[in-house]
Amino acid sequence: MSSDLTELYQQVILDHNRRPRNKGRLPTANRVAHGDNPTCGDQCHVYLRMEGDRIADVSFEGSGCAISQASASLMTTQIKGKTAAEAEELYRRFHDIVTSGKEPEEISDLAAFAGVHAFPARIKCATLGWHAALNALKGDDSQATTETHVD
Amino acid sequence: MPSPWDSIRDDFPALHQSVNGKPLVYLDNAATTQKPRAVIDALSRFYQTDNANVHRGLHALSMRATDAYEGARSRIARFIHAAEPEEILFTRGTTESINLVAGSWGAAKLKPGDAILLTEMEHHSNLVPWQLIAQKTGARLRYLPVTGDEGLLDLSQLDRLLTPEVKLFAFTHVSNTLATINPVAELCARAKKVGAVTLVDAAQSIGHMPVDVQKIGCDFLAFSGHKMAAGTGIGVLYGRKELLDSMPPWQGGGGMIANVDFFATTYKPSPERFEAGTPNFADAYALGIACDYLDGLGRLEIQRHDGGLAAQAYRRLAELPGIRLIGPPGERGGLVCFALNDVHAHDVVTFADEDGIAMRGGHHCNQPLMKRLGLTSTVRASFYVYNTAAEIDVLVASLRRIIKFFGGA
Repeated sequence: MSSDLTELYQQVILDHNRRPRNKGRLPTANRVAHGDNPTCGDQCHVYLRMEGDRIADVSFEGSGCAISQASASLMTTQIKGKTAAEAEELYRRFHDIVTSGKEPEEISDLAAFAGVHAFPARIKCATLGWHAALNALKGDDSQATTETHVD
Repeated sequence: MPSPWDSIRDDFPALHQSVNGKPLVYLDNAATTQKPRAVIDALSRFYQTDNANVHRGLHALSMRATDAYEGARSRIARFIHAAEPEEILFTRGTTESINLVAGSWGAAKLKPGDAILLTEMEHHSNLVPWQLIAQKTGARLRYLPVTGDEGLLDLSQLDRLLTPEVKLFAFTHVSNTLATINPVAELCARAKKVGAVTLVDAAQSIGHMPVDVQKIGCDFLAFSGHKMAAGTGIGVLYGRKELLDSMPPWQGGGGMIANVDFFATTYKPSPERFEAGTPNFADAYALGIACDYLDGLGRLEIQRHDGGLAAQAYRRLAELPGIRLIGPPGERGGLVCFALNDVHAHDVVTFADEDGIAMRGGHHCNQPLMKRLGLTSTVRASFYVYNTAAEIDVLVASLRRIIKFFGGA
């Protein structure tokens, strides 16, 4: 197996794909948004329970490739407890990792996604859950689609 | 006598390359086929020697180009046994051919209370144009169900659905996902009894088996060149002459008019009526050459070869753990679709690409069918004249590695 491929499918990603965290509908959610990638049919619902400006709880539901499912799962673990501004800042760092391939200096599970950089067609898979989460944060319940946001 | 099959892979330059350090195994033929040197050379030769716009010119090159274009029309008429070349319209492909029928015939003839009968296995290209025209005309859509994973049309429902309100019955010849070969002649005969016009989507059959519009008995038949060894951007709509002549123009422009005044225009008969603007005459010419190439191999032999590989692949893949195969286990077209329990189609395709294997993963423009079968996506391996049994070995070995990797063993 090539090094690019083992970089793409790191243990962190395989683990989140096999055992997704915070998966399922969140009955107490007060924000929800949906993301989809019409090219490949990947789907992702993100549920948030906001307490003031803080993400008190978060979950996702969806179907798609290992990259999209693992990314959505990891995203939920990263933004839980954060403020909207902190979550947006995390997304900016994540986006930089998947588009540049540069691993951040601080230790973070997000770094597992650096390998996506070598597979440009998969960047949209990695950011799908994040885009849905950002839309939910904005209170925008319109559908996030990979056709309208720019990666 | 040497057979053209002996050295067939030599005819296709694109096959001879490495992908990710492995010999290319091209199994994405249902999306588009590779092109034989005969077709590539014909296209190149045409541009280097005969290129000029067709129909309007009186000079030597324009006449040669017109002869090449109209010669291709005659060649394609023979290829599908049309009664006359005027029944062959050149389009951009299957999708445009179907949109032409919907936009011209459908807009003129359909009205509220009418029904359009489709099947659950239609490609989006034989579904969305009918949704659009149904919205415009007030006609209603009906669907003939698919039986389940074995992927046959449920013909027991036909009497209930194919009633005199049905003005059009459109269905695919070979499913691009299930590989089902539909009983198209029977469906056309049944439609004729209630007076419904028939359209056959031949995108997945035209390059793979004999297609005879007389034997099928259809009113319209649509296909693309690029799925039968010819170029992209050229396709065909076959229509019975009296039906075509009864239809209003679809697009307006040069080449389709008899006489134009500022406020009124009269139109040429078909096929010109439906070929507004400069057509893709170079690729039409090359499509005729592709017909020669496929007939040289023999279309029954092609069907035996591609269907044989697909059946073999179906049997081999069925031995893999956690695999779900869809479509008929028996006779099938030249492709096989499957889903792995624990690995998403896109991950399969990414891993297979590392082994030099080109496949497609996703909904294959069959979203309603996928939902019906409870699937979000499948992987499709589709075969053509140059594929070999050894390539199925490469595929099976690659899938075993993928299953092991994601199984976490």
